[in-house]
Amino acid sequence: MRSDGKQRAPWGLKLAAGLGLAFMHLPIALIFVYAFTTEDKSYQWPPPGFTLKWLEVTWNRPDVWEALKLSLQTATVSTLIAMVLGTLCAAAVSRTKFFGRETISLLVILPIALPGIITGIALRSAFSIADIPFSIWTIILGHATFCVVVVYNNAVARFRRTSGSLVEASMDLGANSFQTFRHVILPNIGTALLAGGMLAFALSFDEVIVTTFTAGQQSTLPIWMLEELVRPRQRPVTNVVAMVVVLVTVLPILAAYYLTRDGDQVAGSGK
Amino acid sequence: MTTSASPATTVQRESAVLPGQGGITGALSDKFWRNPKLLLILMLTPPALWLGIIYLGSLFALLAQSFFSIDEFSGMVQYELTLKTYGELFRPANLDIIIRTVSMAVIVTLAAACVAFPIGYFAARYARGKWKALFYIGVMLPLWSSYLVKVYAWKLILAKEGILTWIFTKLHLTWLLEAWLTIPIIGGYSLSVSYTGTFLVFLYVWLPFMVLPVQAALERVPGSFIEASGDLGATPGQTFRHVIFPLALPGIVAGSIFTFSLTLGDYIIPQIVGSSRLFIGQAVYAQQGTAGNIPLAAAFTVVPIVIMGFYLWGAKRMGAFDAL
Repeated sequence: MRSDGKQRAPWGLKLAAGLGLAFMHLPIALIFVYAFTTEDKSYQWPPPGFTLKWLEVTWNRPDVWEALKLSLQTATVSTLIAMVLGTLCAAAVSRTKFFGRETISLLVILPIALPGIITGIALRSAFSIADIPFSIWTIILGHATFCVVVVYNNAVARFRRTSGSLVEASMDLGANSFQTFRHVILPNIGTALLAGGMLAFALSFDEVIVTTFTAGQQSTLPIWMLEELVRPRQRPVTNVVAMVVVLVTVLPILAAYYLTRDGDQVAGSGK
Repeated sequence: MTTSASPATTVQRESAVLPGQGGITGALSDKFWRNPKLLLILMLTPPALWLGIIYLGSLFALLAQSFFSIDEFSGMVQYELTLKTYGELFRPANLDIIIRTVSMAVIVTLAAACVAFPIGYFAARYARGKWKALFYIGVMLPLWSSYLVKVYAWKLILAKEGILTWIFTKLHLTWLLEAWLTIPIIGGYSLSVSYTGTFLVFLYVWLPFMVLPVQAALERVPGSFIEASGDLGATPGQTFRHVIFPLALPGIVAGSIFTFSLTLGDYIIPQIVGSSRLFIGQAVYAQQGTAGNIPLAAAFTVVPIVIMGFYLWGAKRMGAFDAL
């Protein structure tokens, strides 16, 4: 007798799971409350009152805009580079078996498997050895390196589910490699790529550990926040920025989830 | 018979070989078809070059520097091979840093496994349909949302005038909090400058990395195993110990790779929430920045690399990579 779905969870398990989920979400929810507090000298709870004043104050802060602009530029360029490199890598690894295939997958995963501080300090010492001055490009260099893996993971999973016979059929029907790529492969892996790209964007937009080593004097939004965390000077503005960062990262994540959700129903997977 | 058959086959052969395709794309495409290796090399070269040169190149450059040493008087790096810098790691002060970081990583990993298990188990076995999606998003959102914002949220929570103190006051449990803070090592002036605070933030920030693999491993435990165990007379506790836990272990180990490695290398959390005593990441940051001692900083980074090397080797033997 199958009893899947009929059984009820023991209340202890429900409680533990519920508390665990609450533990993961309440702190982030707290940010949204603090963004509207009237208190500006301490982290007082409960907030003495609520105001929209800090939204306006933050809006008129040029340093926040500068940091946001740099973050968006970095994340966009890094994501594009990561999408190209990650897709190429995934296509090569999933289509064929070749010598060193395992090494390639390890190489892709290594930048996030090793602690970020190692990637950061390694890049920084390499820049100083090669006499490369810090610029937006040194930041992008670091970000693209660890963003490749996100795109790669998404693309590999989709390639695995996309049947190889679709490609063969396309070729048999007279399409050349480029036409096959354009009309058969791309539509199949498109949503996975988009999802990977969005996650890569969120990852880059939020990255701070590697960035502190590769940014020099410029600040991305996370670096701006880090400075505020270490030496709080304008708590209310930081609260608002934190809220905006949550919103900017949550949207691509939700979008990525909806794009890959139905991945199992991709054409040609019923093999 | 044979004479009449041979022209027929040649005709067939001719029709089976299509004429080459026109244009540059067509010609290229034909080339790729005849020589799949060429396409493979073309596809692999850009990512391999990028990761090989930029990433591995800088990594090796860093590791090479750990074999240099710094002149104690002039503060200049001496470019001759020596193991002196590695010897410095074993000075009591530096050894303390390593032990402190590794113990924190172990405790955070164990706690994360305990908190993650019920979430993963519920999501894998009882949540269906809409609830399952909700659980998945419920884990994905904290996983991907901003690291700094999460740390910042805890700074708000742990502050002396913050919500946690407020809750303890409302519950008339302030004495409990104060008693906890007087415990020697884990206590401190307030939660935000104690190891307890550091631990809570680490646990919070890395928890989703544990939930996902644990859930994935538990999804693969067939419900019939658990029923069979119960039918054979095992109590729920015995079923957990002898059936569920061993099958979930690869998932826990896979998750622990993240919680362990991320705790080892982090330098921002202990800097913002915690006592002033250093962790490995902070030591690396201080050595390369203010102290200008790149060789010692490089030697310090080797510690997590070596620890993670052994860890990954052990994890691979336990089959943890299949659970990723």
